[in-house]
Amino acid sequence: MTNLLREVFDEDLDAIEIGAAILGTGGGGNPYIGKLRCREELKKGRKIPVIPLSELSDDALVVSLGGIGAPVVGVEKIEEGQECLRALHALEKELGVKVDALISAEIGGANSMEPMLTAAQAGLPVVDGDGMGRAFPEMQMCTWSIYGHREAPGAMADEKGNIVVIRETPNDVWLERIARSVVVAMGAAAGLATQPMKGDFVKRAAVPNTITQALNLGRAVLNAHATNADPVQTVINQERGKLLMTAKITDLQRHLKGGFAVGHINLDGFGKFNGETGRIDLQNEFLVFWHNGNVEVCTPDLIVVLDSDTGLPITTEMLRYGQRVAVLGLPAHPLMRSPEALKVVGPAAFGYTDITFNPMEDKL
Amino acid sequence: MYRIGVDVGGTNTDAVIMKGDKILSGIKSPTTEDVMTGVVNAVEGALSEAGADKTKVIGVMIGTTHFTNAVVERKHLARTAAVRLCLPAAQCLPPMVDWPDDIKDTVGNHYWMAKGGYEFDGREISALDMSELETIASEIDAEGIDTVAITSVFSPVSDEMERKAMEAMAIKLPNANFTLSSEIGRLGILERENAAIMNASLRALSERTVDAFGKALEKVGLDCPYYITQNDGTLMSREFVQSYPVLTFASGPTNSMRGAAFLSGKSDAIVVDVGGTTTDVGALVKGFPRPASTTVDVGGVRTNFRMPDVFAIGLGGGTIVSGAGDNLRVGPQSVGYKLTTDSLIFGGNTTTTSDVAVALGLAEFGNLNAIKNFNKEHLEAVRKRINEMLTNAVERMRVSPEVIPVLAVGGGSILVPDKIGDLPVIRPEHFSVANAVGAAIGQISGEVDRIFSLDGKSREEALSEAKDEATKKAIAAGAKPDSIELLDQEDVPLAYLPGNATRIRLKVVGDMND
Repeated sequence: MTNLLREVFDEDLDAIEIGAAILGTGGGGNPYIGKLRCREELKKGRKIPVIPLSELSDDALVVSLGGIGAPVVGVEKIEEGQECLRALHALEKELGVKVDALISAEIGGANSMEPMLTAAQAGLPVVDGDGMGRAFPEMQMCTWSIYGHREAPGAMADEKGNIVVIRETPNDVWLERIARSVVVAMGAAAGLATQPMKGDFVKRAAVPNTITQALNLGRAVLNAHATNADPVQTVINQERGKLLMTAKITDLQRHLKGGFAVGHINLDGFGKFNGETGRIDLQNEFLVFWHNGNVEVCTPDLIVVLDSDTGLPITTEMLRYGQRVAVLGLPAHPLMRSPEALKVVGPAAFGYTDITFNPMEDKL
Repeated sequence: MYRIGVDVGGTNTDAVIMKGDKILSGIKSPTTEDVMTGVVNAVEGALSEAGADKTKVIGVMIGTTHFTNAVVERKHLARTAAVRLCLPAAQCLPPMVDWPDDIKDTVGNHYWMAKGGYEFDGREISALDMSELETIASEIDAEGIDTVAITSVFSPVSDEMERKAMEAMAIKLPNANFTLSSEIGRLGILERENAAIMNASLRALSERTVDAFGKALEKVGLDCPYYITQNDGTLMSREFVQSYPVLTFASGPTNSMRGAAFLSGKSDAIVVDVGGTTTDVGALVKGFPRPASTTVDVGGVRTNFRMPDVFAIGLGGGTIVSGAGDNLRVGPQSVGYKLTTDSLIFGGNTTTTSDVAVALGLAEFGNLNAIKNFNKEHLEAVRKRINEMLTNAVERMRVSPEVIPVLAVGGGSILVPDKIGDLPVIRPEHFSVANAVGAAIGQISGEVDRIFSLDGKSREEALSEAKDEATKKAIAAGAKPDSIELLDQEDVPLAYLPGNATRIRLKVVGDMND
């Protein structure tokens, strides 16, 4: 039995930053700013307590919260600092309840950090788990939504003191749509907290132990750097993942479609993949990997692109012609592979109606 | 009419005299503690070797690592006031939050956050509060600080607030110098602010250094204008470098790459600069180094202003070779400047890449008897390993499947084979002073990096708008209008945002006005 994570300390933050970026599968925004913000909270003497999923009481009220907006805006207009806390308080006021714990909707990327620093401010624990086990572009792609939780009401807060409560929507797609319009008016950055969930639901629906997972992934990469071990192999060993290809990017297409960065990269293999070709399609995140013309891994399984030398993750915004990369497949959690989940996060949900999801282990 | 190029490096100060496209002379002289004596020696040496008339020199272009070294060594940095226009946003992470403590202490960690700043679309986060700025100026004055860096949220979209704040504060601080972040960095407020603060802290040193360069040239008897090279291979006037010293960071590798391009006549190539300890590999696109796309650490401080993309590997003329067979190791340790005492061919006991190169017949120097017992198989194994190291580094920097040449420069370039993968290797003449040549041929640039809304505007219209802006900047910096051409453009759509906003980075260059 491994030790369960009880608290996040300053020395854990660098590792969580790397691990969260790996689980971001190319998207999710950069966790660097969130890491610095967590560090500032800890410097003030606040703590980030972590509660293991299994120890959550059945009737605990758990709120999923995070930043919403454009990652590029997030690195320029940094938050005032208490946006998520204000959104949380607005939600508590709207419903007349007191929340017991916070959880991340998306461990991949920037929103890994937001619940941790809000937990420090609110004096609440953060649950070791999340709603995706990776990153996806929209809220309804989260297990809360997939397994029947309704996000409305949702409360949003910006840095200026604006608070917007979206009281009722017919479904989560509408909540997403309205929240997006509001966030643009707010200057493309806001905190969002959605309707509290009961502990028993969270225990069923959350992808478990993902803060621990991000921490261990990042530690593995940092240890590999310290000991001159191969960081890519270290990541694979850590995650029961599979090296899909070591390759050089030979073509890169990125353009805008409905507010999302979409495109693809073409790959030429090197090392033991010499002579082989690959292609990865992206819609903010990496979605489908073709190996020599055949689909090998597709969403919701994780396609991770690492710098082949450093093992550090490469986001879709950092992709560049000529980069030498290692492409990894990591299996998604069973909660993201169920028939209900595949309707929302499977290849067809992203327009790939001709691709059927098969767990990556079946082919590899 | 002559041009003089000077490169002030850590070890050597190089000078070349050029007439048109011809290199008349090139001199290497040791860099001196006071820097200026080395410059005088190199320039005087080069002038006399070329037999050039001093009155016919139209300009001296100087590349220097002086300012980078000041940051790395935490020396000569002025106490600086950082003012951020952002409230109520961005207060959770104060200026210099991610700096190492030693440099934060040197610069003083004095910061103020005030109302102001823009949204991504140009709306105001909050209006500037002039009385608040007046109070801040008084506090800065009371601290006895006369160097100020002002950073506004989204100043790459609009620099108006930074300018207005400077004007307001200058009333209370008439003798202060101001650095505005919009003039230096790109989007990414922490990195841009870091660059602005670093720049501000270097301005006093910059004024002294530039004046000293002037005095050195005066001592040589030159009364022509002189310029400092920036890290994109273009030139800055003395007034400009006094205001923007950080733009000289990493100009050394840039000058070396640009010089290699000029000497070989190739504008699209991979440059391999082999020194004593390391090899710097960079990519030339249209005669200019490709910029790095990610953040770059300078002395432990994260910045995001443009820098050349350089990949360094531990391979040079002094690199130590040990073991054999499966245990063969080439580097990364090096005997460095002790090559001429420690290597086998110079009577020492350490096997270096230079010993192997001589044994392989790639070069002839030193005592050949010391290496005659090398086993041929071992030599070939070392050669193969060196080629692999160079091939990997070159492949990493390659920008397209197109076959472009590799330009080998630097003292250790004998280690570079005649072909790297499918790419032919060219060894230009005068390769040892490529950096000073790169300085001598500097051009003037103009750059734009901001977000454009594509509502009611096509991508092409936005790009053309950006190009007009960049052209105006280049002309203002001293470029001949009719010589200006587009060097580089890139547009990145902004994810997660409806409304089709796109971030455009674009750069033009032109020849210097005579």
